[in-house]
Amino acid sequence: MIAKKPTTGEVDRATRMRLYQLMVELRDFEQRAYELFLENLVRGTSHLALGQEAIGAGYGVAMRPDDYTFCTYRGHNHTLARGASMAAALAELMGRGNGMLHGKGGSMHLTDVKHGAMGSYAIVGAHLPIAAGAAWSAQVRKSGQVTVCFFGDGTTNIGAFHEALNLAVVWKLPVVFVCENNLYMEYTPIESVTAVKHPAADRASAYGLESILVDGNDADVMYDTARQTIGKARAGGGPSLVEALTYRHGGHSRADPAKYRPDAEVREWMARDPIKIYRPRLLEAGLGEAEIKDVETRAQQKVDAATEEARNGPPARVDEIERQVWSDGSARWRN
Amino acid sequence: MAELSYREAIAAGIAQEMARDPMVYFIGEDIGAAGGVFKATVGLFERFGPDRVRDTPISEQAIIGAAMGAAMTGLRPIAEIMFSDFLATCWDMIANQIAKTRYMTDGQVSLPLVIRTANGGGTRFGAQHSQSLENWAMAVPGLKVVAPSNPADAKGLLAAAVRDPDPVLFFEQKSLYGVKGNVPDGEHVEALGRAKVLRDGKDCTIVALAAMVPKAMQAAEKLAGDGIQATVVDVRSLVPLDTKTILGELSKTGRLFTVEENPRLCGWGAEIASLAADECFDDLDGPIVRITTPHVPLPAADVLEDAAMPSVERIVETVRKSMR
Repeated sequence: MIAKKPTTGEVDRATRMRLYQLMVELRDFEQRAYELFLENLVRGTSHLALGQEAIGAGYGVAMRPDDYTFCTYRGHNHTLARGASMAAALAELMGRGNGMLHGKGGSMHLTDVKHGAMGSYAIVGAHLPIAAGAAWSAQVRKSGQVTVCFFGDGTTNIGAFHEALNLAVVWKLPVVFVCENNLYMEYTPIESVTAVKHPAADRASAYGLESILVDGNDADVMYDTARQTIGKARAGGGPSLVEALTYRHGGHSRADPAKYRPDAEVREWMARDPIKIYRPRLLEAGLGEAEIKDVETRAQQKVDAATEEARNGPPARVDEIERQVWSDGSARWRN
Repeated sequence: MAELSYREAIAAGIAQEMARDPMVYFIGEDIGAAGGVFKATVGLFERFGPDRVRDTPISEQAIIGAAMGAAMTGLRPIAEIMFSDFLATCWDMIANQIAKTRYMTDGQVSLPLVIRTANGGGTRFGAQHSQSLENWAMAVPGLKVVAPSNPADAKGLLAAAVRDPDPVLFFEQKSLYGVKGNVPDGEHVEALGRAKVLRDGKDCTIVALAAMVPKAMQAAEKLAGDGIQATVVDVRSLVPLDTKTILGELSKTGRLFTVEENPRLCGWGAEIASLAADECFDDLDGPIVRITTPHVPLPAADVLEDAAMPSVERIVETVRKSMR
């Protein structure tokens, strides 16, 4: 059964405002990234998470500042949700010297360790065992840190998913695996290539885990799920596997117009846009229109300022090429 | 000095580092109570306990991924991959994740970890348990690559690998596990990236790695009987590569031979030959000659395996013929 309501009571107003603000910021950022593609200022490829904001926001708000996030090449929102700089992220997308990784990573590898964003990984499934390792480290250091690992539905069919799940359960690691099921693995419907209907939730029992299937477009549900699963991990209760149902508004990547999706399906999910459904809920909860508008205006201003800063950055420096292969900062392999 | 076998020296190296640094953890398949399938980790589980010496499932991606995640967040893990052939099952973790993450994040992440693995042939195990694939690792920017040839180096280089701030692939040659040698008492740490001149000769320079080092030494003794005086250099570390020592020794003799257990194409000796041609052309008095396993998967039968891998006789014959 899909959980469509928080199970531990209503989310308070301040948290709801925070969730809304974050979702709007993530939305505006991704829209801007898309516009910059069209201007040919962002090169290469990029995988936008338009429509999937509630998941990263729900977890982002529920996490402790020193917790760890691991995410995928569709990871702008998870990285920003931890507090990473928008300007540095946009500059990285644009290959600028003021980019988050000084131009050496690009869109698919946004990382901001000082905010706990431990990397965006572009080989499907690879970061699940790595996330388990960070959780193992937190466990033996007794730091109380929890690791949250986001991935797509397609990941559930690769070996690393199963290896990581098994190890995390056997070692009772403080890690939360969050599957963002947006119904398509790249261009192919996930159910047409998967043995079970719910690619993560239906497999939880294979690892002795509770089957958790939630509405990934509902920020209250996601925040509530995050609090519960993070709380369990922090208390020593071991890992969780969450499947959050969601939908990307666009294609898999820049190259994909997503023509393979039925119109009715797209319409249905657009009506369940996480931001669109959350706004009236804020009004119902007694928040004023002006207050909400103010959040929206400030988000737009934040993205505008970040765009300006990114645009004005210098090109990536060529002398970066042979730096930081090794811990001494060099790329030297011989004497 | 104490006489230890290569496998005992490995265990002694791990124990030395685990006793020194509480952040060193050790994971792998059958490494705990079982003491490792090659018995190279005997006693560690009893001494350091199940939290620091942890058995894993047969999940190479999980083993290496866990080591990476732990290294990013404060531990200094040692991970064992039972046979180097199994590196292929977790090569994404090694080549795409571990090797690149520091660079791609422009130094936000450090990965102080060691991957130990039993490498190479000579044990009649067939092509999926006998490969010598240190050159795979050498080809990936971001990995340090070490392969000791004797017990003292097994301990000292392993200790250096654990202390190194970057990821190290540590290739133990499985046919050497039983070989005994003197190991310095007390704390023993070598430096990575230093080749060692084991024998001085004026006529030619033979460069070898791991199990090929004792073979090169025996060959040099035989060649001396024929009046050919060979220098023998133990490369020890492919990345970083001690080109100063290797090319310096070549320049003294004017002739260079490499002895490589890896199959022919793109073996480590090809890189050294290229550097020699590029930087020491005027010092060369004859062709650079590579002695390798042919470009085939290693066969299982004793007569086939022995004939495929470089032998003392093949080294002697090749050098003699080339020096004529």
